[in-house]
Amino acid sequence: MPEKKMYNLYVNDEEASVVARPSDTLLHVLRDQLGLTGAKPGCENGDCDACTVLVDGKPIKSCLMLAIEAEGKHVKTIEGLKNTRIQKAFVENWAIQCGYCTPGFIMNGFALLNQHSNPDSETINDWLSGNLCRCMGYAEIKAAIKSVMTSDHADKSS
Amino acid sequence: MISFDFDYYQPCSIAEAVSLYHQLLAAGKLPIYYAGGTEIISMARMNQLFTKAVIDIKTIPECNVLHVEGSKLVIGSAVTLTQIEESNLFPLLSEVSKRTADRTSRNKMTIGGNISGKLMYRETVLPFLLADSQLVIAGNNGFKTVSIHEAFNERLHLQSGEILVQLITEQSYSTLPFKTVKKTKQSAIDYPLLTLAALKKDGQIRAAFSGVCRFPFRLTEIEKEISQNQMVVDERIDRALKLFPAPILDDIQGSKEYREFVLRNTLVEIIEWLEGVS
Repeated sequence: MPEKKMYNLYVNDEEASVVARPSDTLLHVLRDQLGLTGAKPGCENGDCDACTVLVDGKPIKSCLMLAIEAEGKHVKTIEGLKNTRIQKAFVENWAIQCGYCTPGFIMNGFALLNQHSNPDSETINDWLSGNLCRCMGYAEIKAAIKSVMTSDHADKSS
Repeated sequence: MISFDFDYYQPCSIAEAVSLYHQLLAAGKLPIYYAGGTEIISMARMNQLFTKAVIDIKTIPECNVLHVEGSKLVIGSAVTLTQIEESNLFPLLSEVSKRTADRTSRNKMTIGGNISGKLMYRETVLPFLLADSQLVIAGNNGFKTVSIHEAFNERLHLQSGEILVQLITEQSYSTLPFKTVKKTKQSAIDYPLLTLAALKKDGQIRAAFSGVCRFPFRLTEIEKEISQNQMVVDERIDRALKLFPAPILDDIQGSKEYREFVLRNTLVEIIEWLEGVS
């Protein structure tokens, strides 16, 4: 039986040592070993995007990535976006109800605005196409992203 | 969570990967090649797939190329669908890729994985079938280049231990008029009720289908029928439908009758559009 292996991840600009099986997903290692519970185990099947994190800047479903694949890469979770404009925009635009899906939306929105400073609606819809919200619909969420787009760049602190 | 354990290997070269595969196979490890891994992780989690060793090929340089060499577009098998979409070097492929899964999934899904996956749709193979692409495959005896029509029949046929390394397409196909349509049952992000991709070359329409039968396909006999522009479109479609290689699917995405109805309408749309462009 393969033994657990120790390796280093670089999460939210800090190096972290984890001990995990090669078959452990990044989602479970982030949550269970590093206590970063912002990424949510919604479906664990790649269908809801609630577990989205950024890996080298790209949004990735952490339930569909092995933790060992992230070795040597920069991982950013919702906890790494403290005090960013996009977090504030979600509050100001009432873009949250139960909040379970919110980290996934914010991670995708953050990455989108890093790549496209002024995305059109089609691009926003495309980037959020994997995110499911079962509470309140999507209009406020898109409004929150658009408000950041028109105020300043996504990764500036508020 | 995946309930079983496996070893993880990340070879740096094709030769190392193939050698590793055969060693692991001999050791009873049931190895599988891994790149994006989205389907492998999903199936492993549901115990629909079992392995004791995965060989991750996505750091192998040959599997990551995405460029034009002379008159040919070369795409490595570990290139993600998002990379293909953003490069837009083959617009028909970009459009088909863009309708495959959602954006976040496409950031990890690879072209090689989609084409050789277990799910029956394998939609991104359609543009390569239309463009008579070549596949570079590596195995115990080194590299070989074969026509996609030789290696892909219903699914990709590889010998034990072989790796799909690259897909090579004549760049001239990137500038031909094309149209692709994906219809889903309800949500925009879903498995296809049907996906059609078509292009026009030398005045003839080429068409490839996914989601219509239990495998993706392109048949020149069907193309001959739908290209007979002296005939009315409905008659051409009647004749083409008689040549489909397997029964039209009848499943949760749509009944056989509904699929055929949507297929006919989609073919009319595609034929009329392509015959309207020069």
